[in-house]
Amino acid sequence: MPSHTFTVNGRSVTVDAPDDLPLLWALRDLLGIRGPKYGCGIDVCKACTSHLDGEAVRPCVVPVAEAAGRDVTTIEGLADGDTLHPVQEAWLEQDVAQCGYCQPGQIMAAVALLKRTKNPTDADIDAIANVCRCGTYFRIREAIHSAAAKMA
Amino acid sequence: MAEPSRRGFLTYLVAAPTLAVATGFGAAGAATAVAETVAGAPVPSLPAPADIVDLGDVLILAGVPTAHMLVLTVGENGRVSFRLPREEVGQGLTTAVAMLIAEELDVAVDRIDIRLEDARPELLFGQFTGSSNSIRSLYGPVRHTAAAARARLVRAAAKRWGLAASALRTRDGAVVAPDGRSAPYGSLAVEAAARDLGAVTAAPKPESAHTLVGTPTSRIDARAMVTGRQRYTLDLDVPGAKPCMVRRPPTLGGTVTSVRNEAAVRAMPGVLDVVTIPTGVAVVAETFGQALDAKNKLDVAWGPGTVDGLSDDDIRARLKAAAEPWVDLPPLTRHIDAEFDFAFASHAPLETNSAVADVTADRATIWSGLKGPIVAQQTIAKELGLPVDKVTVHVVQAGGSFGRRLFFDAALEAARVSKRSGRPVRLMWSRVDDTRHGRMRPATHHRIRATYALGKVLSFDHRVAAVETDFRHGLGEILTATVTKLPGGLGNATFAQTLFHTTVKCPYHFGVTTQHLTEVPLKMPTASWRSVYSANTRGAEEILVDELAAKLGRDPVDFRRACLKNPAQRAVLDKVAREGEWGRPMPAGHAQGVGFHEEYKSRTACLVEIDASDPKKPRVTKAVIAADVGRPINPRGLEAQLLGGLTDAISTTLRAGLHIDKGLPLEGSYSQFHYARQKDSPPDVRIFIMPATGEPGGAGELGVPAAVGAIANAYARATGTSPRRFPVNFDIDFTPFPR
Repeated sequence: MPSHTFTVNGRSVTVDAPDDLPLLWALRDLLGIRGPKYGCGIDVCKACTSHLDGEAVRPCVVPVAEAAGRDVTTIEGLADGDTLHPVQEAWLEQDVAQCGYCQPGQIMAAVALLKRTKNPTDADIDAIANVCRCGTYFRIREAIHSAAAKMA
Repeated sequence: MAEPSRRGFLTYLVAAPTLAVATGFGAAGAATAVAETVAGAPVPSLPAPADIVDLGDVLILAGVPTAHMLVLTVGENGRVSFRLPREEVGQGLTTAVAMLIAEELDVAVDRIDIRLEDARPELLFGQFTGSSNSIRSLYGPVRHTAAAARARLVRAAAKRWGLAASALRTRDGAVVAPDGRSAPYGSLAVEAAARDLGAVTAAPKPESAHTLVGTPTSRIDARAMVTGRQRYTLDLDVPGAKPCMVRRPPTLGGTVTSVRNEAAVRAMPGVLDVVTIPTGVAVVAETFGQALDAKNKLDVAWGPGTVDGLSDDDIRARLKAAAEPWVDLPPLTRHIDAEFDFAFASHAPLETNSAVADVTADRATIWSGLKGPIVAQQTIAKELGLPVDKVTVHVVQAGGSFGRRLFFDAALEAARVSKRSGRPVRLMWSRVDDTRHGRMRPATHHRIRATYALGKVLSFDHRVAAVETDFRHGLGEILTATVTKLPGGLGNATFAQTLFHTTVKCPYHFGVTTQHLTEVPLKMPTASWRSVYSANTRGAEEILVDELAAKLGRDPVDFRRACLKNPAQRAVLDKVAREGEWGRPMPAGHAQGVGFHEEYKSRTACLVEIDASDPKKPRVTKAVIAADVGRPINPRGLEAQLLGGLTDAISTTLRAGLHIDKGLPLEGSYSQFHYARQKDSPPDVRIFIMPATGEPGGAGELGVPAAVGAIANAYARATGTSPRRFPVNFDIDFTPFPR
């Protein structure tokens, strides 16, 4: 069984898994990192959105071999200890979450957007295609605008 | 769920119901409705059954014998723990209940831990989450329980200090004496549990004294959710539990004839077991990735399903034939006839059907998101041949429901696989399976006729034909579940009629008003979907109301205003008309639309603006919603529920539905079942909660029907069309996944 070494949330890890095992299952089933969620397995719902070397990716379609030697950040790695990331703070202020299941992915997508675009327009936010089945989109939009203002 | 140590805990198990307020609802409601009929100019309608006794009343009355069997503990650390006999799926119930307890105990919300209660069969009808009834049914019992706990803490402090209990007050998690002495609750927990305190009873605070209830409060689990620490069923660490997925048949209800390549699949990497169960072939593996690969490799010979060969056109024809035909009207009677069709819709909760099961020879433990855990426990016990008390069912907070988790399909499957495989399993449905084989909202056909003369509506007749909705979960326990399983579908049909007539009502004075439901029993996996019959039934009616207004030369808001039955209804309509600037000029291809709905003793109006300049790509650009739910507990959570209802309505009215093709839905993921995304959601949403009066009404499902009407009406006006089939844009714009 091939072995793959990469960094998750600042910690070096090694997993034994087939090269093509989706990173999502390496994280969830082999490493016990359960923040990224399964919602579709084909990069449609984007609930598992995490960062690979700082870029938003969907681990459900990234083979674990592609993560070798790289930095993976999941929702668990976003806060600095007890200090939340401004996007997480904005999420709390707007009380965005309902069932919460898609929110790790929504937050990771928003963080990646704000990294690319300091002051996103409504059209930029519209481009986030993550599904929220509870329909919290309006609060997500408000939270992203609010986080952008905070981070400016 | 782990129990805190017994020592020092104050445990309340109040068996005797003290709640008397559940009686007498009906008479008051009827009196109001009748009294109002004399006032208006329109031709009055008699109260509908749901005006007199609604489903929530029935559920509350059914639950009365056990409604006070609630468990609240105060620990030596001063934390308050409450075991909630309901499910949390995102609707914000745990936060609202924590607020009710915090209010009565004068303690901060963050000192309260809400745990979801395991299945407790002795609760009978008292452990069922549905029908927007949780706050309505818990409002009294939770406050009484917390008030009793508070009284006991005060009595313990009084005894310690040798003071009269009446001289003491509670503040910020402590009992305080007039001389300034203070005893935190934690320090009183042991003394308050002492038997020699005698019987302590207490009434909840008057609502006029509420300082927390009714104020906007953030979810108690929000931080866990934004940090990834919130645990859903498949995030639990159950020792030895292995990932499991099921290969499902190519048509609904299909059965396994044989597995042609079992040995080859067993030899695949990570595969631990292959087990045939009634609903398919299960693979147990080391990771879900491997279970998914193995499930896809399975070569299964399938037996026929339950609706093979049936497609949308056949179903629509059957529904049309089932809706009772019109009789001839007298000549020259002015009338509108309209027919509407609504497609099947997936609940599509983001967390697919899932469960963990650990079954051994003499016991079973289940973890799953369950709105009716007792019937799940009883059914699984029967399936496994175990006594009910040997089956522990843990209720896990879930990633959405929208009606889906009234059933326990994944829990039953996981129990079967765990028993056969001899190991604990974590069973997960794939998204494709969840969309195709998961339960769905049935398709409906509507035939509405309204007659009018001299500017008034004289009669309003709505005949609904629906594919049968499965109510075989009963009221969450096996007694009513068994009744719904009577031969010939009679039990389910009776339950359906009761539900229809205790929920659906037309809120207008439209003269002689009738609403009638005919169900077509097709063996398809269905379940109640947020607002059950009302989204389609009342949605269609709201469209017809606009068309009637046009026929009578009336403005849609003015016409509704004139025909609504009471001031509370008119107040929410007026609110959205004013705040939403009803009638403001709109560019070509844009329009406003309005809708109204009343149910669960609550009422709401919705005004939207739509940009349908490309009718194939409409977007709701703005929404203004007003809701009167009697007494809001957490306005912030209530607004979230209304926002969710709006998004559901945007989705199912404009784009999201399921096509049935030869016995199976074509849609298999969110790339095909077009639930709204951010780009479909309005960038401007304003929600107004009306001031508190009376008792809390229901709210979780309230937002959908009014928004369906508002969106359809805005679309009609913007495009100059009369939409009759929903969703309005429903092309098969994808290549279906293989069966």
